[in-house]
Amino acid sequence: MRPIRVLVAKPGLDGHDRGAKVVAAALRDAGMEVIYTGLHQTPEMIATAAIQEDVDVVGLSILSGAHMTLFPRVLELLRAQGREDILITGGGIIPKEDMDALHAMGTGRLFGPGTPTSELIEYIKEWFAEQSHQEA
Amino acid sequence: MRELFGKVTGTPDGAQPDSELERLRAEVAEWRRMYGAGATRSIAFSNSAKEVEPLYTALDVAPTTADDLGVPGVYPYTRGIHPTGYRGKLWTMRQFAGFGSAHDTNERFKFLLAHGQTGLSTAFDFPTLMGYDSDHPRSEGEVGKTGVAISSLADMEVLFDGIPLDEVSTSMTINGPAPILWAFYIAAAEKQGVSSDKLQGTIQNDILKEYMAQHAWCFPIEPALRLIVDCFEWGATHAPRWNTVSISGYHIREAGATAAQELAFTLADGFTYVERGIARGLDVDDFAPRLSFFWDIHNDFFEEIAKLRAARRIWARHLKERYGAKKAKSLLMRFHSQTAGVTLTAQQPMNNVVRVAYQALAAVLGGTQSLHTNSMDETLALPTEAAVQVALRTQQVLAYETGVPNVMDPLGGSYYVEALTDQLERDAEALFAEIHEVGGVVAGLEQGWFQRKIHESAARQQWEIEQHRRVIVGVNEFVTEEEALDIPILKIGEQVDREQRARLAKVRAERDNALCSGRLEKLRQAARGTENTFPHILDCARAYCTLFEIRRALEDVFGAYREPVFF
Repeated sequence: MRPIRVLVAKPGLDGHDRGAKVVAAALRDAGMEVIYTGLHQTPEMIATAAIQEDVDVVGLSILSGAHMTLFPRVLELLRAQGREDILITGGGIIPKEDMDALHAMGTGRLFGPGTPTSELIEYIKEWFAEQSHQEA
Repeated sequence: MRELFGKVTGTPDGAQPDSELERLRAEVAEWRRMYGAGATRSIAFSNSAKEVEPLYTALDVAPTTADDLGVPGVYPYTRGIHPTGYRGKLWTMRQFAGFGSAHDTNERFKFLLAHGQTGLSTAFDFPTLMGYDSDHPRSEGEVGKTGVAISSLADMEVLFDGIPLDEVSTSMTINGPAPILWAFYIAAAEKQGVSSDKLQGTIQNDILKEYMAQHAWCFPIEPALRLIVDCFEWGATHAPRWNTVSISGYHIREAGATAAQELAFTLADGFTYVERGIARGLDVDDFAPRLSFFWDIHNDFFEEIAKLRAARRIWARHLKERYGAKKAKSLLMRFHSQTAGVTLTAQQPMNNVVRVAYQALAAVLGGTQSLHTNSMDETLALPTEAAVQVALRTQQVLAYETGVPNVMDPLGGSYYVEALTDQLERDAEALFAEIHEVGGVVAGLEQGWFQRKIHESAARQQWEIEQHRRVIVGVNEFVTEEEALDIPILKIGEQVDREQRARLAKVRAERDNALCSGRLEKLRQAARGTENTFPHILDCARAYCTLFEIRRALEDVFGAYREPVFF
């Protein structure tokens, strides 16, 4: 099976990148091809990078409280390009009810503080296996 | 008679000192044998960076330490900067606060002052931290979310409405656009009839750690450093009671650094500012007394206390010996501390109250001048009033009930704490040598050297937690299934955004726009040359130029910063 391609992105003005970088390194160590955008990305920059880099997964890290604006915008932009197939996941300081609301809009699972990286690796791998199974 | 720290003197009956040392060595060797024969738990007995010994004795402390230790208020200030310690004045209880609109935060400030808080500390939202107005397209969805939105003098007037600025001291956590926010504050004080020489407080204004860790920048490194020295220069004459920089380890530690890295990187930033001030032609004794510091107080209790003691000693020694400071005030490291946000857990959040209490105790045993205690709910959202009150009460219990502030540096003379203080000092000096090797702080930032070091430490800590080498209660051990979360979450609605847009529109409609453009142009001219920019920034603020207008005027000349990306 080909390696899973993941874009780890920091949308908005939030500069807290400890989590994003730790996650990016862990996914890479788990055998995925990881692209990290760097800080202060707009949703447009993220959607463009996701399509250009032909990724399977976009992981957004948001600790700024702007998740209810930024997640839906990235979802919309990818949908507008017909790329519903890309999984939008991520994490940060996101209250449970907001996670539920975002999930209902179409994001994948979102992860809060204290989540072991093994849990997200497993989640992404399972999702990918299921996708590949459906395509085959 | 055996004295502390391996320094051995004769006893009244004339016994030889060497025999005393020999006896101690024999005792320790015997203990080591017994220790080796006993069973120990199978975990790593380590602080933030390395393993610690199971026991410390006089043999672990340098013989010179007793001579170097001194007393509080005397060089090298290991035991504290004031001869009266907390008997003279308790630390300032300064809770960081800010959310929503200027009006919302003004109310929170008044709540905190009414509950016995003794200083103010302002948290700004991300657009403000980055120098964007609330109605800028990049601000969408972020206005008022993680702090208060301040886009012009008009917002600053509301923020401090009814708070006499000649009586409170105010700290502002602002860096990239720090001179602009400081100018808004000074202009707001002028409106209250308070001149800048009466103002007390701090702007964080520590741009080097922004490139290192926190990432709220506006301009490239060199012009950003120039703006900081402009503040030093202007402040020395016009605002002598204001701290023009708070050299911060907090964000470096939160981003993943170990205690020794926090200590060394922060002090190296401080030395860089001193060198830039001297290079401007300023007398070190004119600006060094206004340099203050800000430390993160993490979980390892004794390591944190030792870090604060080592920091005071290193700063004093370098200022005196390397930079030739003559005034005692130039040598004093005054600092604010905050308990470590990164140690709080979203799981079983009530446990955070206990973590914060231990960290606050470490800060006070380390001799902090002011303290913020985090609220238990901060890994979930902005803190609620009830959570903030518990955090403030934690400090009050420590100050008034425990007896801890009665005695200065009560752990001074502890073999462990002294050995650890010495160790951290050696570790910091080794890191200074490495920084020197990479070409200094600015070169290290451009090469991503600091960023890589911090990331490596963060990755190692994550690995330790996932491997259960480091236990986090409620996260990787003692986990409770199906936790019911009953902490109310403070949410910031969209009305803040609307309120901000309305006030900005009003400001733009009512101000003298020709005056604004004229002053912005004068600022550009000053930025192009070598003139101090601060008086021009202040003139722009007085004319109600907005935050982004002033940022953009400077950016026209300085350009924008491009981050070197890697992981």
